[in-house]
Amino acid sequence: MRRGWLLPLFAVLGFAFLYLPIISLVVFSFNESRLVTVWSRFSLKWYGELFADPQMLGAALLSLRIAAISSTIALVLGTLCAVALVRFRRFRGRTALTGMVSAPLVMPDVITGLSLLLLFVAMETFFGWPAGRGELTIILAHTTFCMAYITVVVQSRLSDMDLSLEEAAMDLGATPARVFFDITLPIIAPALISGWLLGFTLSLDDLVIASFVSGPGSSTLPMVIFSKIRLGVSPDVNALATIIIGIVSVGVLGATILQMTRPKVNRT
Amino acid sequence: MSVHGSLPAVRPWKSIERRLKEHGVTGRWAVILPPMLWLTIFFLIPLGVVFGISLSTKQFGRPPYSSLLSVGENGTVQLTLHLSNYLKLFQDGLYIAAYLNSIKIAAISTAIALVIGYPMAYFIARSPDRWRNILLMLVILPFWTSFLLRVYALTGFMRGNGVINNFLGLFGIQPIVMLQTDFAVYVGIVYSYLPFMILPLYTTLVKLDGALLEASADLGARPYRTFLSITLPLSLPGIIAGSMLVFIPAIGEFVIPSLLGGPSTLMIGRVLWDEFFSNTNWPRASAVAIAMLIVVVVPIMLLQRAQNAVVERK
Amino acid sequence: MAKKPQLAVDTRPWRDPNAKPFVRIKNVTKKFGDVAAVADVSLDIYKSELFCLLGGSGSGKSTLLRMLAGFEEPTSGTIEIDGQDMTGVPPYQRPVNMMFQSYALFPHMSVEKNIAYGLKREGMPKDEIAARVEELLRLVKLEPYAQRRPHQLSGGQRQRVALARALAKRPKLLLLDEPLGALDKKLREETQFELVKIQETLGVTFIVVTHDQEEAMSLATRIGVMNQGEIAMIGEPADVYEFPNSRFVAGFIGSVNMFEGVVTEDEADHVRIRSAEAGCDIYVDHGVDCAPDQILWYAIRPEKITLTRERPEGDANIAKGIVEDIAYLGDMSVFQVKLDSGQYMRVTKANSERGDPNAIKWDEEVYAQWSGGAGSVLTV
Repeated sequence: MRRGWLLPLFAVLGFAFLYLPIISLVVFSFNESRLVTVWSRFSLKWYGELFADPQMLGAALLSLRIAAISSTIALVLGTLCAVALVRFRRFRGRTALTGMVSAPLVMPDVITGLSLLLLFVAMETFFGWPAGRGELTIILAHTTFCMAYITVVVQSRLSDMDLSLEEAAMDLGATPARVFFDITLPIIAPALISGWLLGFTLSLDDLVIASFVSGPGSSTLPMVIFSKIRLGVSPDVNALATIIIGIVSVGVLGATILQMTRPKVNRT
Repeated sequence: MSVHGSLPAVRPWKSIERRLKEHGVTGRWAVILPPMLWLTIFFLIPLGVVFGISLSTKQFGRPPYSSLLSVGENGTVQLTLHLSNYLKLFQDGLYIAAYLNSIKIAAISTAIALVIGYPMAYFIARSPDRWRNILLMLVILPFWTSFLLRVYALTGFMRGNGVINNFLGLFGIQPIVMLQTDFAVYVGIVYSYLPFMILPLYTTLVKLDGALLEASADLGARPYRTFLSITLPLSLPGIIAGSMLVFIPAIGEFVIPSLLGGPSTLMIGRVLWDEFFSNTNWPRASAVAIAMLIVVVVPIMLLQRAQNAVVERK
Repeated sequence: MAKKPQLAVDTRPWRDPNAKPFVRIKNVTKKFGDVAAVADVSLDIYKSELFCLLGGSGSGKSTLLRMLAGFEEPTSGTIEIDGQDMTGVPPYQRPVNMMFQSYALFPHMSVEKNIAYGLKREGMPKDEIAARVEELLRLVKLEPYAQRRPHQLSGGQRQRVALARALAKRPKLLLLDEPLGALDKKLREETQFELVKIQETLGVTFIVVTHDQEEAMSLATRIGVMNQGEIAMIGEPADVYEFPNSRFVAGFIGSVNMFEGVVTEDEADHVRIRSAEAGCDIYVDHGVDCAPDQILWYAIRPEKITLTRERPEGDANIAKGIVEDIAYLGDMSVFQVKLDSGQYMRVTKANSERGDPNAIKWDEEVYAQWSGGAGSVLTV
C-alpha cells in the first residue's frame, strides 16, 4: 500500500483540476462586473437578468418538458429491452437488438443527430409526417439515445438479481407477467429511478442532436446557451450554471447520504 | 382441501396460443417487439437514409438533395447514384486531414486522461471505505452537471483575461494564449471525459485483492515493482474500458473543438457540422458521417470483444 | 430417524408390485448443448415417500429436480405426476412446490406476505388466506415473526419461512433443494427431525436433493444415488449402505475398504477370492454371479472388521498389518492399519469400554478379521 505523499498529492491536484473551473463559474456568477474575471462586488443582478429573460425561461421549460417525456418513454422501452436481453436466452434478432441498443452509446452525437434529421425529412417527404421539426422530433430523438443508457443501467441490476426469486414466484403460481410486476419491478426499482434520472440529465444536456432535429421556435436550453457563449462570456449563463450545479449537488449529495445510511438489506 | 392440484380448465385461447407457439411466436414478443421496432425505425433506418443520401448530390430546394429514384421519359424508374461525395473525401485534403487530426487529438487526450485518472482511481480504490463513497461522489458530481456548462467554465478559466492569466499576472507574467488552440482542446476533452476514465479504472482496481500485493511484497518486490508487475497488468481491463469510453466519443466531438479550438483545429465532428449547417451540403455531410462511422467502428468492435470476454468470465 | 416399518403390514409401496407410483420419470434426458446433464433416467416415486436424490456436483440431481418443478423441459422422456403428463406444463401450473436452496424469500415482503403469496395467486379469499398463514406459522413455530422482513431473520428462521411458503398451497409434491445445506451442525440435526415429523404428519410426498449422504440416510425412505447424470442405485438406506451394487455406490456412501481380487473358487453356495491387495484369501458365504478367474472387487465396511493381537483361526478373511494411526473420536476410534500387502485398511471400533487397558495402540501388529457375509462382492 502506497503510504507516500505523492499519491494523495496527485489526487488532490486531480480533484482541483476537476472543480476549479466550476468553482470559478459559481463565484463569478455573483460578481457585479460583467468582466467575469475581475472581482468587483457581490451582486445578484445576473440572477435577476436570468429570470427576466423570456428566451432563457422558455427554453428551460421546453427542455425540462422534453427531458421528462423522453426519459419516461425511454424508461419503459429500456426496461423491456433489458428484460429481453437478460431473461430471454435466445430469440431471433437477439444480436441485432444488442447491437442496436449499445451503438448509440458510442456513436458520435453528430452522426446520431444527422441520421435522425434525415429520417424525419424523408418521412415528411413520403408520408407528410412529422410535419416540420420541433418538440416532437426532439422527443423522438432523445428517447432513442436515452433508451440505450437506461438499458445498460437496468440490465446491470437485472443480471445481478437472484433468479431464484422469480422462479420461486412462478413455482407458487404466478404467471411471467405477474412475476415481473410483483417481484422483479420492486427489486430493480432503484435502477429504474437512477436510469430515469440519467435519461433526464442526458436529455436536458444535449446540444448536438437537438440542434439537428429541432425546428423554428423550439430552441432548447443548451441551444440558447450555446449561441450565447459562442459570442463571449455571458454572466447570466454563469447564474444559470450555478443554479444547476446547486440542484445537482444537493441531489447527488442526498443520494450518496441515502445510500450510505441505508441498512444493509440482503443483496438480491 | 383447495382446488389446486389439477390442471386448469383449457382456456379458449389455448389452441390459438399453441398454434402461434409452433411458429415461434410466444408472449415474449410483447416484450421484445417495442424496443426492437423503435430502434429499427429510429436508429437503423436513419443510418440507411444517411447512406442513401450520401449517394446523392446537393440541390436547391426542400429537401436540399437530389432524389435517388426518378421516373424517366418513357415511365422507367431510374436509380441515380453519385459517388462524387466519397471521391471528394479522398481528393480534398481537408477531410483526410480532419480524420487523422481527430484520431490524433483523441488519442493524445486519452493518454493524458489515463495519466491523470489512473492515480486518482488508485487513490480512491485504496482509501478507507468511508472516504471512498465521498470521493466517488466528488468524481461523479461533475458528470451530472451540464457538459456544455463545464466546457464554458473552461473558457472562462483559460481566456486572455481569464482566471489563470489573472493569476499569472499577479506574478508579472504575460498572459498566455490558451484558447483557440489544440492545447485547449486537449484540456477540454480530458476535463470533460475524466470521470469516464476514472470510474472503470476504479471498478477494476477496487476488486484487486490486496492479498496479491502483500504476497508480492512478501516475495521481495519493492512497491514500484509490485505496481508494474501485479497492479498494472491486472487493471488492464479497466484501462481498456476507460480508454475506449474516452477515445471513441472524442473522435466525433463537436462542442469542445468549436468552443475551445481554433480555426486550425480540424476535427471531423466540426467538419460534418459545417458541411451541414454552413454549406447546406447534406449529401456531403452524409458521406462524412459514413466515413466517420467506419473509422469509429473498429474501436467499437474491439470494445465489444473485450466486454464479451468479461461477460463470459463472469 | 428413518421411518419405522409397521410391524403388522408392510406399508412400503415400492415393495408392492401393484402399487401405482405417484411420480413417474420415464427415460428422461436433459442435454445442454452436447453435454447430457441427465442421461436416460427412469425412476418411480410413491405417495408419501421422503425420497432423496443423492449425488455430488455434476451428478444431475439438481437438473432432475428442476425438471420436476418445471423450470427445465426434458430433451426427451416424460415426467408424470399423479398420472398427468407434465410435458410443456409451466411451473405455475404444476401441483408442485419447491423449497429453494437459497430460500428465495421475497426481500420486499414480510414473512406473512411471503407465505400468502402462493395463496393469493390461487385467488383464495382474504380471510381464508389469513387463517391458513396462521396455521403454517404455527406449524413452523414462527408466529411472532409474521411481520418481519427476511433480512431481519436468522438463517434457520428463513429456512422455516421457505418451508411454510412451499407448503401453503398443500402441494401434492414438495421438492427440496439442499434444504439443510446452509445450517450449522446442531441446527441441522434438529431441523432434520422436524422435517421428517412434518412430512409424516402431512403425508406430502417429498423429494429432497442433497450431496450430504448422512442427511440422505437419516431423512429418506428411499435414496436414489446419482452419478454423472445417471442413477447408480435406488434403495432403502440400509440396502444402499449394506448392499451397494457398484464400487461407486460403495465408495460414495460412508467409508469402505475396497480390495481387488481374482475368483479362485466359484460355487453355488460360496465364492473364494484371492486378493493381493488384502494380502489374503477372501471367503464369501454366498454364491455370486461371476466366472472363475474373473477379476472383481470386495467391499468391506470398517465397522464390520475386528482387530486382534493373536492370529485368529481360519484360512480366509484374515489380514495382517500394523496400526499406523488411531483417530479417537470419542464414541468410536478409527484405526488406520497398514497391511502387509502395502494397502491401507480402515477399521472402526466403538469405545464400549471406558478407559480400556487392553486397547490396541499405535505400531502394534494386529490381525484384521471379518465374517464371510460381512462384505459385498462388486463386479462393476
